[in-house]
Amino acid sequence: MTEPSPIHSAAPIQILGEDGSCADEHRGLLSDEQVVQALEAMVLNRILDRRLLMLQRQGRLGFWMTSRGEEATILGAAVALEPEDPIFLSYRELGCLLWRQIPLAMIFNQLIGNGRDVCLGRQMPVHYCYREWSIPSVSAPVGTQLPHAAGFGYAARLRGTGQVALAFCGEGTASQGDFHTALNFAGVFASPSIFLIRNNGYAISTPESVQTAAESLAVRGEGYGLPGLQVDGNDLLAVVKVVGEAAARARAGDGPTLIEALTYRMGAHSTADDPSAYRSDEEAEAWTRLDPFERLKRHGAWRGVWNEELEAETHARLDQRVVSTLAECEKIPPPRVETLFEGVLETVSPQLEAQRDEYLAMHRRRSEGGYEVP
Amino acid sequence: MAETGTLNMIQALNDALDQTMERDETAVILGEDVGHFGGVFRVTAGLQEKYGSERVFDTPLAEAGIVGMAIGMGLGGLRPIVEIQFADFIFPAFDQIVNELAKYRYRSGGQYAPRVLIRTPYGGGIRGGHYHSQSPEAYFAHTPGLRVVVPSGPYEAKGLLLGALECDDPVIFLEPKRIYRAAKGEIPLDYYTLPLERARIARKGVDLSLVAWGAMMPICLEAAALAEGEGYDIEVIDLQSIAPYDLHTLVRSVEKTGRMVVVHEAPRTCGFGAELIAAVQSAAFEHLRAPLERVTGFDTPFPYILEDHYLPNAERVLAAAVQAIGY
Repeated sequence: MTEPSPIHSAAPIQILGEDGSCADEHRGLLSDEQVVQALEAMVLNRILDRRLLMLQRQGRLGFWMTSRGEEATILGAAVALEPEDPIFLSYRELGCLLWRQIPLAMIFNQLIGNGRDVCLGRQMPVHYCYREWSIPSVSAPVGTQLPHAAGFGYAARLRGTGQVALAFCGEGTASQGDFHTALNFAGVFASPSIFLIRNNGYAISTPESVQTAAESLAVRGEGYGLPGLQVDGNDLLAVVKVVGEAAARARAGDGPTLIEALTYRMGAHSTADDPSAYRSDEEAEAWTRLDPFERLKRHGAWRGVWNEELEAETHARLDQRVVSTLAECEKIPPPRVETLFEGVLETVSPQLEAQRDEYLAMHRRRSEGGYEVP
Repeated sequence: MAETGTLNMIQALNDALDQTMERDETAVILGEDVGHFGGVFRVTAGLQEKYGSERVFDTPLAEAGIVGMAIGMGLGGLRPIVEIQFADFIFPAFDQIVNELAKYRYRSGGQYAPRVLIRTPYGGGIRGGHYHSQSPEAYFAHTPGLRVVVPSGPYEAKGLLLGALECDDPVIFLEPKRIYRAAKGEIPLDYYTLPLERARIARKGVDLSLVAWGAMMPICLEAAALAEGEGYDIEVIDLQSIAPYDLHTLVRSVEKTGRMVVVHEAPRTCGFGAELIAAVQSAAFEHLRAPLERVTGFDTPFPYILEDHYLPNAERVLAAAVQAIGY
C-alpha cells in the first residue's frame, strides 16, 4: 500500500517522474495491463479528437469538444472507480466512456444523432447518457450535475448498493451556485460522492483568475467540512491514487471529497472556439511539455510494456476501427419523426397527442408528394 | 363501508405521505424544517419519528440544492418527495426543475426518469405579501415534462397526492395554503387514488361554465350559490390537473353552456386561463354564446395590505358570470 494522500494539500500530488518512473510504492496503483489499457484508451481518444474535429470541419458533425491535454484527469477517475459507480460528466470526458468500453458505435450514434442513438438524437453531440454504463445524462447548464451526485450518493448509501458517485466540473463551473450547494449538501449528509474539478485554466476564454480570488479551488473543501486536495491532473497515477482514496473514504462512510486536478486544455473549448484569441503560444507550448499522453508513454516504456512500435500498431488498428465504425454509423437514418412526441411524460398527454396528430397528418401528406393546403 | 374520518387538507396530505412511506421503502421526504418540526405547515408532522431521519430529513436552506439532490436521489433509485416551504421560494430551483428534472426522461431517451414529486404551498389570502402568496402554475405548465396538480379540498388532496406518487413523472404539487385548515371533509382513511388529468365537476349547471382550481374553488362555489339566487344555474369545474389538462371535460361543459369564465389568482397576462380559453374557443367555437372571460389577479406583484382587492372574490366572479350570461 502507498502512503495515503493528505486530506488538504497545498501542493499538487504528483507521482510520475520526468523520466516516466515512479517510486516502487506507487507502482501497484496500476497493473502493467492497466497501463497498456490506459495508453490504448489515450491513443483512441486522440484519434477520435482528430477524426471528429475533421468531421465537424467537413460539416458532417454538428459539434465536437476535444479533450487533448486532459486525458489523465478524465481517464484516471474512471480507472479508480468501480464500473457501477455513476460518473456525472461535465461534457469533455470522452475518456470515461472509452475506459468503460462503451461501444464506439454507440458513441458515434449519439454524436450523429441517428435513429440508433439511445437518446434518439435529442441532444447535441457530447451530451452523453448511457445508463447501462452508469453514465447519467450530460446537460449544458454547467454544474447542475453536482447536486445530482450528492443525491445519488445518498441514495446509494440508503439502498446499500455500495456505489460512490463522482461528478466532474470545470474550474469555471466552480463559480456556479450548484457547486456550492452540492458540496454543502454532500458534506452535511456525508454523501458517498466525489467532486472532481478539471481545472484546465480557462472557461472558454475566461481565465481562472476571473473565477476566484482564492489561492486554489481545493481550499474550498474546508469551507464545507470535506477534504479538498490538488492533484497533478496530467499524471495518471496521481489521479488514480487520489480518486481511489476518495472512493475508499466514501465507501467507508467517511463522506465526500473535493479534488482539484490541475491540467490544461491543449485544444479549443469547442469547435466554435479559437484559443489563439486569448492565450499565448508560449503558454500552450509550456503545457505541451507536460502532455499527459507523453508522460504515460514514458511510464509505459519505463515499465517495459510500451514502445513506439506498439503505439504505431495500436494507432493503425484503432484508427481503422474508428473510420469503419463511423462510416457504418453515418449510414443509419435519423430517428423517426414520431419519436419527437414520445417520452415527454410516461404517456403522451392529450394536448401533445393533438399536436402530434395534426403535424403527422401534414408530414405524411408532404412525404406522399407535396403538401397541399386542405 | 370503508372507515372515514373528518380531516382538513393538512391532515389529508399527512395521511397520504404516511401511507406512501409505509408502502414504498424507497420513498424519502426532504426539505426545510420537514423533519423533527414536521414542516412550517405541519404537513410532515410525526413522519420523521415514524420513519427515521434517514428517510425524513431537514436539508440546508437552499432550494436549488434540495431539488438537485432529489433528482440525484431519484437517479439512484429513491422516490424523493420534496417540500419547498413556499412556492415563492421555488425559483432558486427553477433551473433544476426546468432544465434537469423536466427533461431527464426525454433527453435520456427514457433511460432515466427520476421520480421526484415537489410539494409546495402556494397562493394568497394569508396576508403573506409578495413572497408568501404567488401562484406559479403557469411557469411550470409551460415546461414540457412536468405535471402540475392542484387539489381543492382534503378528499382531492389525499387522492391526488397518492395518484401523483404512483405516477413516474415529475410532479409539481401545488397546495392551496389558504384553505389548508379551512376545508374539512369526511374522507376515506384507506388508501385511494384519484386519476390525474381529470377535471372534476363540482357543481352541475347549464348557464355558464366556471373553471378554477385550488383556493379559487370555494370562491367559485360561493359565486354560483349567489347566482342561483338571481336565477342562474352555473356549472363549476375544478381543473385539478393544470398540466396536462382535461380539455375534454371543459369542452363538453361549454358545448352545453355556451359560456366560460376562468378564475385564477395568478396575474392575467399569460396566466393559465389564457391557455384554457384559447383551447376551448378552438374546440367549441360554434357552441359559444358569449366571449370567454377571465377573473384573475392583476398584472402587478402580489400585494400585501391590498390583497383583498387583488384576489378574485365571489363578487367579481359573479359580475363576470352575469355579464357573460347576459351577453
